[in-house]
Amino acid sequence: MTQPGETGAALDGNAMAGDLREIFAVDVTAARYMCAGCTHTDAVATLMVWQHSPGLVARCPHCSDVVLRVVRAPDRVYLDLRGSVRLEVPLEGS
Amino acid sequence: MLDVPDWPGHLPGQHVDVRLTAEDGYRAQRSYSIASAWPHPEGKVELTVQRLDDGEVSPYLTDTVEAGDRIELRGPVGGWFVWRDQQPAPVLLIGGGSGVVPLMAMVRARAMAGTKQPFRLIYSVRTPEDLLYADELRRRVRDDAGLDVHYVYTRKTPDNWPAPPKRIDVAALNTYGWPPDFAPDCFVCGPTTFVETAADILVALGHDPRRIRTERFGGTS
Repeated sequence: MTQPGETGAALDGNAMAGDLREIFAVDVTAARYMCAGCTHTDAVATLMVWQHSPGLVARCPHCSDVVLRVVRAPDRVYLDLRGSVRLEVPLEGS
Repeated sequence: MLDVPDWPGHLPGQHVDVRLTAEDGYRAQRSYSIASAWPHPEGKVELTVQRLDDGEVSPYLTDTVEAGDRIELRGPVGGWFVWRDQQPAPVLLIGGGSGVVPLMAMVRARAMAGTKQPFRLIYSVRTPEDLLYADELRRRVRDDAGLDVHYVYTRKTPDNWPAPPKRIDVAALNTYGWPPDFAPDCFVCGPTTFVETAADILVALGHDPRRIRTERFGGTS
């Protein structure tokens, strides 16, 4: 049976805010990523997110390459950023 | 409505993660938009949860939880799909179904801050019975100067409604949204297909994509 969210992304990068906030001191969903696959750049909040897995898989809405993965284990979090060339993080008050 | 005595406050559009842990240690986590505008009501956070029959978390929150039960929350989180009352631009809010929840927090925050940015809300629902905040929106359109609400009914309209049921389209956004020349800040929230349709229309009408912020929810929880 096909579950909702398996064929199309059910969520977007906004849904990663809580997990990322436990790792970073700033809100990363407002940061801009650059996709390693196609160099598309936009807010992390706009990534397409799949959550049917041990973690979250975030893909570029432009080329659908994986940009970012977050996997939660009971005592740690794995963050895989190989699909992003860089993150541009706005600083508070600037 | 959750009592959170040490709540640090939030911006309209932010959400919380609700985490449930079963006796065997199985955990399920879902994000819910905050419907209330800080700091009202004091020390409380209002969530609006749509019950999904095959969901893991929403039936528990809507059917099982009773006043006095404790719930594990993480938040407020999210710093992108938020409106700050210092933003001077007019605002266009487009909500599909329960996607109206974070937009309602923005409407409430605007009233509470007493700011003057003109707001327009285009709210798409299946039927008049599905409307969230129906009474409050009616009252606010009357009392909150500069707030307009337009409804799009997709399955059934109220009696004497001038148009048959339809999905959100170019005509609705062109007629009831702001012209692109006004450079409004646009917030679109709803199911994925709704959000993509509305955002594509806004861009086609000439709105600056950088002023369009979107939030998709899955309806899988």
